[in-house]
Amino acid sequence: MSEIAIERGAERSTERGSGLGRWLRNPWRRPVFLAGFTWAYLAWSILPVLIAILFSFNAGRSRSVWQGFSMRWWTGDPNDALFHDPALRQAIVQSLRLSFITMIIAVPLGTMFAIALDRWHGRPAKTANFGMLFSFVMPEIILGVSLYLLFTNLFKGFVHLGTGAQLLGLITFQLSYPVIIVRARLLTIGPEYEEAAMDLGATPGQALWRALLPLLFPAIFASFAITFADTIDDFVTVNYLASTAASQPLSVKIYSAARGSPTPAVNAAATFMLISTMMAIGVGFLIYRVFSRGQRSGEAGAGVTDFVNA
Amino acid sequence: MASTVQEPALPDAPPEPKGSKVAHEESSGVWYPKWYWPSFAGPATIWLAIFFILPLYVVLSVAFGTSDPIFGAPLPVYEPWYWSSSSFVHVIGRFFGAAAFWQPALLRTFVFVFLASLLCLLIGFPVAYYVARYGGKHKGLYLLLLVAPFWISYLMRIFAWQSLLTSDGIVNSILRILHIAPNPIDWLSGKPITVILALVYGYIPYLILPVYAGIDRMNVSLLEAGRDLGASPWQTFRRVTLPQSKQAILAGLVIVSLPMFGDYYTNDLMGSPKTSMFGNLIDKTITQQGQGPRAGSLVLILMVILLIPMAYYLRSTRRAAEGEA
Repeated sequence: MSEIAIERGAERSTERGSGLGRWLRNPWRRPVFLAGFTWAYLAWSILPVLIAILFSFNAGRSRSVWQGFSMRWWTGDPNDALFHDPALRQAIVQSLRLSFITMIIAVPLGTMFAIALDRWHGRPAKTANFGMLFSFVMPEIILGVSLYLLFTNLFKGFVHLGTGAQLLGLITFQLSYPVIIVRARLLTIGPEYEEAAMDLGATPGQALWRALLPLLFPAIFASFAITFADTIDDFVTVNYLASTAASQPLSVKIYSAARGSPTPAVNAAATFMLISTMMAIGVGFLIYRVFSRGQRSGEAGAGVTDFVNA
Repeated sequence: MASTVQEPALPDAPPEPKGSKVAHEESSGVWYPKWYWPSFAGPATIWLAIFFILPLYVVLSVAFGTSDPIFGAPLPVYEPWYWSSSSFVHVIGRFFGAAAFWQPALLRTFVFVFLASLLCLLIGFPVAYYVARYGGKHKGLYLLLLVAPFWISYLMRIFAWQSLLTSDGIVNSILRILHIAPNPIDWLSGKPITVILALVYGYIPYLILPVYAGIDRMNVSLLEAGRDLGASPWQTFRRVTLPQSKQAILAGLVIVSLPMFGDYYTNDLMGSPKTSMFGNLIDKTITQQGQGPRAGSLVLILMVILLIPMAYYLRSTRRAAEGEA
C-alpha cells in the first residue's frame, strides 16, 4: 500500500514534464541503466573464460577459429592431449601435490595462530599479527624473489629449489587465509563453551579439543578449500622456486605455453585447473553447510554434550 | 544425563559486548599458565620469522652485497657494516640521471597503475552500487557471479583474453563485421591500452567486493532523509552515498593497485618490451647472471614505493576491525 502511495505521490509531483522527463525525474524508478551496466560487466567478466573453455574442445589447432567439436586436446591426441602429454600429466600431479601438502600444513598452523590471537592480547601478539597481515598485502613478486634469494644464498645446500622450496613458499603465502577466516569465526563464538566444558570437569586441553574445535570446523574446512584452490592457481611463487621442468605445476606450464605457441591443450589444462578449484570450493562449501546446519538445529555445544555423555 | 544439561546459547547469537566477555574470563576461575596461549602462536610466528622476515633481510644483504666476478652468483653481505651501496646507486642511476634506461618503465608503471585503478573504480563502483542497492532477491546470484573470477585463475583469465585478441581472434572479427576496423588490429604487439585493460580485467573483482560491502553496510535511512529534505538523486549520491563509501573506495583502490605494481605476467602475455613495467624489470634482472645485487635493489625500491599504501591499508583494516569489535 505504502509503495503505491509513494509512486502516486511521485507521479503527482512531476506531472508537468513530458513522458520521458517525468520517468527520468522519478526517484523511485528502476535503475535501468545501472542494471544494464551491471549485466554488461558480468558478461565481460565471465564470457571470455567460457569461450576459452569452449575452445579446449576445438578440433583444430587454433584457439580463436572454431573448427568443430572434439576431445582431441583432452584425451584424443596421443602426444599433445592434456592426459597424454607426459609433461602436462606430470604438471597435474605436481599441482595437486603442492596444493594438498600446502593445505595440510598451512591450515593447522593458521588455526593455532588465530586461536592464540583471539585469546592472548599481549604486545607480541599484536606484532605477530601485524607481520602476518603484512605478508598478506605484500605483492607476490616481492615474496617470491626474496624467498628465491633466501634459498639460493643463506639456505644454499640446505633447501634446494624444487618441490620443497615451493612448499615452503606456498605455505608462507597461504598462511594468512586460515588466520583471517578462523579468527572471524572465533569472534562470534566467545569463551563460554570451553568454560562450560571445564566447569564439567574437562582440562583446558580437552575443552579446546572437544568443545572449541568442533565449533571451528566450518571455518577450518572453508580454509582448507580456499587454501587448496588458491594454491592450484598460484603461479608467481612456484615459478621462482621451481628447479627443473619436473617441478613446474600446471600454472607454470600454462604461462610458458601462452608465451610461445599454445594449442587448445593449454585451454584444456586451464579448464582442468578451473574444475579442480571449483571442486575444492564446492566440497568445502558442502562440508561447511553440513557443520553449520548441525549447529543451527540445536547441536551448538555438540562437543560439550558428547563430553558429558562420555 | 545429557538431557538435563542446559544447552548453551547458539553460536549465531549476537556476540556479547566486550566488557562482559572480560568479566566472563575473570569469573570462570580457570587458570591458564602464562605460556599457554602464546604457545599456540609459536609455530606460525617462527615460520613467518624464518620465511617472511629473514628473506627480506637477505634481499637487503644481496642488494648491498657484491657478485662473484667469475660465476656471477650474488655474494650477499650479511653484516650491515660491510654493506656497499654501489649496486643500489647504479640502479638508482638507471632510473634518474644520464643513463636512465629504466625510467620509462618506472613512469609507465605509475601511469598504467593509476589509469587501471581509476578504470577499476569507474566500472566497479556502479556495479557494486547496483548489486548492493537493487540486488533484491537476486543478491545471492549477483554475488556468486561477482566472486566467480576469484576462483578462476588469473592466468586463465588473461590467457582467455590473449586468445580473443589474436589477429584472427573474435575481437577483430566483431570489429570487422561492425565495419569499425576492416583490417585486423595487432592488439598484442605492445599496445598500452591492451595492457591497461588487461590489468583492469584481472584485478577489478578485488575492488568490487570491498566497495560492495561498504555500500551494503550504509544506512539506507540517511538516503531517504536526503530525498525527503529535497535533495535530487545526484545530490543525495554526492553528499550522502559518496562520503559514506569513501573508506571502502580507498581500501578497494589500494587492494587493486598493490598487486598491479608487482605485476609482470600480464605484460608478458598481453604486451611487449614496449610496455614493460617495474615487475618486468625485477623478473628480467633476477634471472640474469651477475645481476643479483641489482635485482635485490629493485625489490627494495618496490617495497619502499609500496610501504605507504601498505601501511595505509593495514591501518584502515585494523580500524575497521576495532570498530566492529
